[in-house]
Amino acid sequence: MKISSLGKIFCGVVLLCAVGAVFGAERFPPPEFDSGYQQPTMVNPGARSNVLEYVDVAVLVAVMSLTCFLVYKKRSRKGIFWLMLGSILYFGFWREGCICSIGAIGNVVLSVFDTNYAIPLAGLLFFVLPLVFTLFFGRAFCAAACPLGAIQDIVLLKPVALPVWLAGTLRLFAYAYLAIAVLMAATGSAFVICRYDPFIAIFRLGGNVNMVVVGGCMLLIAVFVGRPYCRFLCPYGVILRQLSRVSRKRVTITPDECIKCRLCEDACPFGAINRPTAEWAEGDYRVNKKRLGVNILLLPVLVVVFGFAGYLLSGGASRAHVTVRLADRIYAEESGEVDDTTDASVAFRGTGMTIAELYGNAAKVQKQFVFGSILAGALVGLAAGVKLIRSSIQWKRSEYEADRAGCFSCGRCFKYCPIENVRLKKLSEQC
Amino acid sequence: MADKDKNVSRRNFLREGVWGALLGGVGIGGGVVAVKSAKGDTVWQIDPDKCTQCGNCATYCVLEESAVKCVHAHELCGYCDLCTGYLEPEPPGLDTGAENELCPTGAIKRKFVEDPYYEYHIEEPLCIGCGKCVKGCGAFGNGSLYLQVRHDRCLNCNECAIAVACPSEAFKRVPASDPYILKGEH
Ligand code: SF4
Ligand code: SF4
Ligand code: SF4
Ligand code: SF4
Repeated sequence: MKISSLGKIFCGVVLLCAVGAVFGAERFPPPEFDSGYQQPTMVNPGARSNVLEYVDVAVLVAVMSLTCFLVYKKRSRKGIFWLMLGSILYFGFWREGCICSIGAIGNVVLSVFDTNYAIPLAGLLFFVLPLVFTLFFGRAFCAAACPLGAIQDIVLLKPVALPVWLAGTLRLFAYAYLAIAVLMAATGSAFVICRYDPFIAIFRLGGNVNMVVVGGCMLLIAVFVGRPYCRFLCPYGVILRQLSRVSRKRVTITPDECIKCRLCEDACPFGAINRPTAEWAEGDYRVNKKRLGVNILLLPVLVVVFGFAGYLLSGGASRAHVTVRLADRIYAEESGEVDDTTDASVAFRGTGMTIAELYGNAAKVQKQFVFGSILAGALVGLAAGVKLIRSSIQWKRSEYEADRAGCFSCGRCFKYCPIENVRLKKLSEQC
Repeated sequence: MADKDKNVSRRNFLREGVWGALLGGVGIGGGVVAVKSAKGDTVWQIDPDKCTQCGNCATYCVLEESAVKCVHAHELCGYCDLCTGYLEPEPPGLDTGAENELCPTGAIKRKFVEDPYYEYHIEEPLCIGCGKCVKGCGAFGNGSLYLQVRHDRCLNCNECAIAVACPSEAFKRVPASDPYILKGEH
């Protein structure tokens, strides 16, 4: 009995709904109360203040400054090591890997392309400050401040040297990653760097299963191959490399003049120590000159080929954008390819937007992707081409030197230098 | 020898130039972005007009217990006896027994006001943001129940995990100074 009366009520309700559709959502007018009832008001807590983020900025500056002091004045690997641990604890576990200079690339790019988006000032500082430090002191940020770099660095127990050509080739992935990340952020599709941060699951002690596995594997590789994410993937590292090439100060392996004892030759687990070059024999010189010529000609070819590859991939890449995905789905439903619906397609049909409008929007996004993908591809091609050219130039070097671009300022090589040991002994004798 | 010196100084000059240009570039670029972003920070919020109560809000948040909760705009509520946000569509009975309630955690509390009106109140700590009540209220009632990101809980992730999973593009960034999209106001 009760049920059927309820049914009647529901019929009435449905009727009311139809009326409601005409008069707006208010189907039952809010009552007038006789009993002096006080209506509660909604309490909405305000957005969190980001004071903590400014503390983060202060810590970042402090860590980078301390790094410079430890690398250039103290020349202390031990100090760097403890600083690394500190960064892992603070930026990694305590701040759960978020706010991070690498991920800030996405925010900066989005704020440039999307007028409605504003990057928090702290985020901007996290992006800019390491760049400035790098221009002055080399990769002081990578040495200890970056929790991603630090966690890889401290697990490096059994370093295996990679052949130079292999390391150089793998590094191209970082350029590609940077290009993809910028493309995805610029089109408002995704913050790729944050989503695929390999260590975030470790810092947060849990999360997406795939990322936990990826993080674990990456750490395992890092036991043998020095800082694999830094060297072969990190998009921020790509920027830092270039700035570090012209930095004011640079890491020197020896505190004084290099005596070419060769003791530090294999000290760097990241392959960042350059050996003195011998003069090329006349024959070699000619061969290399020819190779240089070929490589210079190859540069535009690479740019075009990679640009074209970008063009071919742009269709697939554009599916990262929600509008394109939705349009694809609606198209599949309209053309009868699929006969079920998804939450997204149902929601779309409820919005009252016409399908033509949706297709129009998707086409606009796709156009951006075509342009962006070609550009991204061309840039990767350019990076590859320049790398080839650099490899066929004879660089004149008379000493063992830390590579300006590749050195993370980790300080491992210092103690291999006999002159450094003399210095340390003198120091301890003075005491 | 002089030639070599010239080479070196030329190279140094080039290096200085590039260095200055890069520093300037970083400074100017950073400045432009800073000025562009001066209008203030943003936070995530749900547009209640777009939300379709798919249920993702309860499960996709990076927090164990979602930052999204149901809120109740009492000024829009009809205070109905037969609240379709409170009761199962075809409840076994019409009393407040748990088997009749729509909310899986019993987070909605019902209080008699005066005949025939009842007040509905959300115990926020119990709400998991599943949106079941919102769906019921929106389908047959006034739509006074709706989901909002609660900013005392939300971490304001760089890329909100629910926003990525939301099928109706209901999540958007709103100014931190005005962090809610309240019904009846917009
Ligand atoms: S290369 Fe990237 S991940 Fe590695 S330390 Fe530098 S910024 Fe961090
Ligand atoms: S300081 Fe630089 S060159 Fe020396 S071991 Fe570390 S990364 Fe290699
Ligand atoms: S994910 Fe989107 S549609 Fe689903 S309940 Fe949350 S806001 Fe609503
Ligand atoms: S921003 Fe993060 S904490 Fe906030 S609702 Fe989204 S996923 Fe949850």
